[in-house]
Amino acid sequence: MNRMSRFFKSVLLAVGFGISSAMLVVPASSVVIIDAELQDWSFAGIFGRYDKNQLQRGFQVFQQSCAACHGAKQISFRNLSEEGGPSFSESQVKALAAEYIIIDAELEDGERAATPADRWPEPFPTLRDARAANSGAFPPDFSLLAKARGITQRFPAWALNYFTAYQEGGTDYIYNLLVNFTDAPEDYDVPAGQYWNAYYGSTLAMASPLFDGMIDYEGDEFPETTEQYALDVAAFMMWMAEPGLNSRKQMGFQVLIFLFVLAGMMVMVKRKIWSDVKH
Amino acid sequence: MASDATTDTTKRDFLYVATGAMGAVGTAVAVWPLIDQMNPDASTLALSTIEVSLSSIVEGESVTVMWRGQPIFIRYRTADDIAQSKAVPMEELKDPASDAERVTEGQEQWLVQIGICTHLGCVPTGQKSGSAKGDFGGWFCPCHGSHYDTAGRIRKGPAPLNLVLPDYNFLSDTLIKIG
Amino acid sequence: MSGHSSYNPTNPVAKWLDSRLPIMRFSKEHLMDFPTPKNLNYWWTFGAILAFMLVVQIATGIVLAMSYTPDAALAFDSVENIRRNVNYGRIIQATHAVGASMFFVAVYVHIGRGLYYGSYKEPREVLWILGVLIFVLMMATAFMGYVLPWGQMSFWAATVITNIFSAIPIIGDPLLQLLRGGFAVDNPTLKRFFSLHYLLPFVIAAVVALHIWALHVPGNNNPVGVEVKSSHDTVPFHPYITMKDLLAIVLFLIPFAWFVFFAPDILGHPDNYKPANPLITPAHIVPEWYFLPFYAILRAIDFDMWFISAKLGGVIFFGGSILVLFFVPWLDGSKTRSGTFRPLFKPFYWLFIFNFFLLTYLGAQLAVEPYSTLSKISTAYYFGYFLIILPIVSRIETPNPLPASISESVLGKGGS
Repeated sequence: MNRMSRFFKSVLLAVGFGISSAMLVVPASSVVIIDAELQDWSFAGIFGRYDKNQLQRGFQVFQQSCAACHGAKQISFRNLSEEGGPSFSESQVKALAAEYIIIDAELEDGERAATPADRWPEPFPTLRDARAANSGAFPPDFSLLAKARGITQRFPAWALNYFTAYQEGGTDYIYNLLVNFTDAPEDYDVPAGQYWNAYYGSTLAMASPLFDGMIDYEGDEFPETTEQYALDVAAFMMWMAEPGLNSRKQMGFQVLIFLFVLAGMMVMVKRKIWSDVKH
Repeated sequence: MASDATTDTTKRDFLYVATGAMGAVGTAVAVWPLIDQMNPDASTLALSTIEVSLSSIVEGESVTVMWRGQPIFIRYRTADDIAQSKAVPMEELKDPASDAERVTEGQEQWLVQIGICTHLGCVPTGQKSGSAKGDFGGWFCPCHGSHYDTAGRIRKGPAPLNLVLPDYNFLSDTLIKIG
Repeated sequence: MSGHSSYNPTNPVAKWLDSRLPIMRFSKEHLMDFPTPKNLNYWWTFGAILAFMLVVQIATGIVLAMSYTPDAALAFDSVENIRRNVNYGRIIQATHAVGASMFFVAVYVHIGRGLYYGSYKEPREVLWILGVLIFVLMMATAFMGYVLPWGQMSFWAATVITNIFSAIPIIGDPLLQLLRGGFAVDNPTLKRFFSLHYLLPFVIAAVVALHIWALHVPGNNNPVGVEVKSSHDTVPFHPYITMKDLLAIVLFLIPFAWFVFFAPDILGHPDNYKPANPLITPAHIVPEWYFLPFYAILRAIDFDMWFISAKLGGVIFFGGSILVLFFVPWLDGSKTRSGTFRPLFKPFYWLFIFNFFLLTYLGAQLAVEPYSTLSKISTAYYFGYFLIILPIVSRIETPNPLPASISESVLGKGGS
C-alpha cells in the first residue's frame, strides 16, 4: 500500500509541478481577453440538470425571436417532448409540428404538414436566400452553437474546469453577446447594416434581437427582460446542442460509484494476493 | 488455530468470488451499449407509427405508403369488390379468413395491408389502375405467380398465407394510424 | 522461459491439442507462469493499461463505424446523428474521443517510465524501438481519426498537417496531391483517412504483439535496474501481476469515466462543432493536446537556417523530435539502468519532464512573444537532453552503488 500511496504522490507531484510551473513561468497572455460574466447555469457541473421550465421559456424566445433567421436542423420536433428536455406533451408537439410545412418533392402537392418525426425546417430554402435576407451574412444554425462557442478564461479558472466539469463557456458566450449590444465607442465608425457589440469587441450583422417586454411569459415569476430572455434562450440552445445531458450525467454517477466500489474490493484482493511476497 | 485458518480461507474465497462477480457484471454492463447501438435508433423508432389521411383516395383506387421500410397497400374498395369477396365460400380458401376479419367493422371499404407477398417477399402488382390485378381482381405477384383477391387473400399460386395486416386503427373516418 | 514448462496436461483432448497447436502451453507460460520481477511499482502497470485502451478504442471504433458515413457532405451530420439518435451513441462516441486522450496520457507515462528507469538499455533496444514505432502509429491513427468528424478543426488540422509534406524539396507538391487525392483537402482525403484510421489500429495490435514478444525474451526491467538473478527475485505473472494490472486499469477508468460522463467535450475544441468550411480558417487553430509538444517544436523554427527554409526546418525538427527517440539506447551510454542510482542524471531528467509540460503549454499559445522565444529554448532543451546531456552525463557520472539483487534491494528497505 505504501508503494501505491508513494506512486500517487509522485503522480500528483509530477502533474501538479509540471502544469503549475508551466503556468507561472509564462507571463500573462499578451492577447486581449474580454472577460465574460459567468452565469449560474442550472445544468453546470456534475450535479447540473436542465430546468424544464427554463427550456420551455427558452423555446418561446427561440421561436418568437430567433427562428425567423436561425435554423436548428439537428433538432426533430419529437425532441421537444422527450425526457430531459423542455418536455412538452406529445399532443402539444404534434400541434406545433403541424404548423410547419415540409417541402417534399415526392408528394403531389410538393409539400405536407410536419409531424413530430420531422426535423425542424430550415428558415431559408438556400444559403443564397439566407444571405440575401440578412445583408450578406449567414445566420448560423443554432442546433450546435452552444457547444461551438467558448469563452477565454484566465489561469487558474480554465484549469479548474477540468475538476468541476464546467463546460458552459458556450452559454456564457451567448448570454454575454446578447446583453452587450451597446453604443459603439466614440472613435469607432460603425458601417451601415452593422451593429456594435461590446462583448464581441466589434460589429455584427445582427442588431440586438431581444428587448425588454418583447415576449410574454406565462405568469409573472420571471421578469420579461433582455437578461432573462438571454439566459433562457442560451439554456435552450445548450439543450439543443446536448439533449442527452441529464441522462448522461445520471449514468455517470452510477458508473463512478460502481468503479469506486470495484476498485475498493480489488485493492483488498490485491493485498491478500501479495501478502506473502516481500516486495 | 486450524479453524481460524479455515475462516480466513473462507473469507478470502468469498472476497475473490464477490470481486470476480462484480467485475463480470461490470464488463457485461459495459458491453451492452456496444450491442444495443445496433437496435433501431431514435429517428427510426420515431417513424414506427405513421398517420395516413384517406381523404384524397378515390373509390376503387389504391395508394401505397411507406411504413417501417415496407410498402403499405391501402385500397378504397367498391361495393362490388366487397360483395365479390363476401361471396367466396370459406372452403375455397387456402388461408381461410372472412371478409370481415380482413377489415375494420364499419369501415369495410378500407383494406389496409402490408404489400409484401407471403411467398418470398416480392411486392405484388395491382396498386395502379392499369397494373395486373391477377385472376381475382386483387393483387398479382409477378415473381412466382401468386393471385390475391379483393380482400388480399391468397387464391392461387405458391404463397401460403394472405397478405399480412399491419396494426392500425381509425382515428377518424378519414385518418388511420399504422403501428 | 523455455526448457522448463509446468504445463503437463492429463486430459486427452488437451494432450491432443498440445501436440498440434500448443496454444494452452504458450498461454500458461507467457500469461500465467511468466517470471516477473517482484519489485515492479505502479508505473509498470501502464503497459497493461495501454493494451486495455487499444481494445477499448478498437471496440468502440468498430461500433461507431456502423453508423458513421465517410463522405464530406454527410460525415458531420452522421456523427451528430450518432450522438443524438443511436442508442448509447453519445456515450460510445465520447468514450472513443476521450479514449484517444487517455491513450496518450498512458503512453506518455509509459515512455516517461522507460526513460527514467533506462528500460531501453541493452538487452531491450528492440523492445524500445518497437515501442517508439507504436507511438508513431498511434499519432498517425489519432490524427486521421480527428479528421473524421469533419468539423472546422478536423478540416484545418488535415490541411495544416498534410501541408507538412509540401516542405520536402522537389517531390513535396506531387506527394501532397497524392496524399490528399486532390488540390486541397476534400472528400477523397476524408475517405482515405477513414480507411487508414480503420486499418492502423490492427497494425498497432500486431506491433504490440512483437513488443510483448521482445519483452518476454529478456523479461521486464525493474525499478532498481538489476537483472533477475534467481527465482527469489520474481513472482509468477498470474495472479500477482494480473491482479495488480487489473486494479490499475480500474483506477485508470475513474478519470476516464469522469471525462466521458461529465465533461466529454472539455478535451476538444468548440470549433469542431462547426461543420468544415474550406473558406474560413478558425482564428486560433490548435491540435489536440497530445500533439501540442511536437506542434510547439514545429512552430519554434520560424527562421531560415543556411539554405534550409523556416518551413522545411520546422518539419525537420518536428520529425527529428520523434526520430531521436529511436536512438536513445545508443545515446545514453550509462551502464546503470535505473535513474534512482544516477545522481547527475536525475535533475536533467526532471527538467526534461518539466520542459515537456512547458512545450505542451507553449503549443497552445499564439505564436507571439514571449512564447516564440520560450518555444525555441524549450525545443533546444528537448534535443539537447537526448543529443548532448544523455551522452555526456553517462560518461562523467559516478553512479551510486547498486544492490546485488532485486531481493536484496527489497529486504534492504528497513523492513518496510
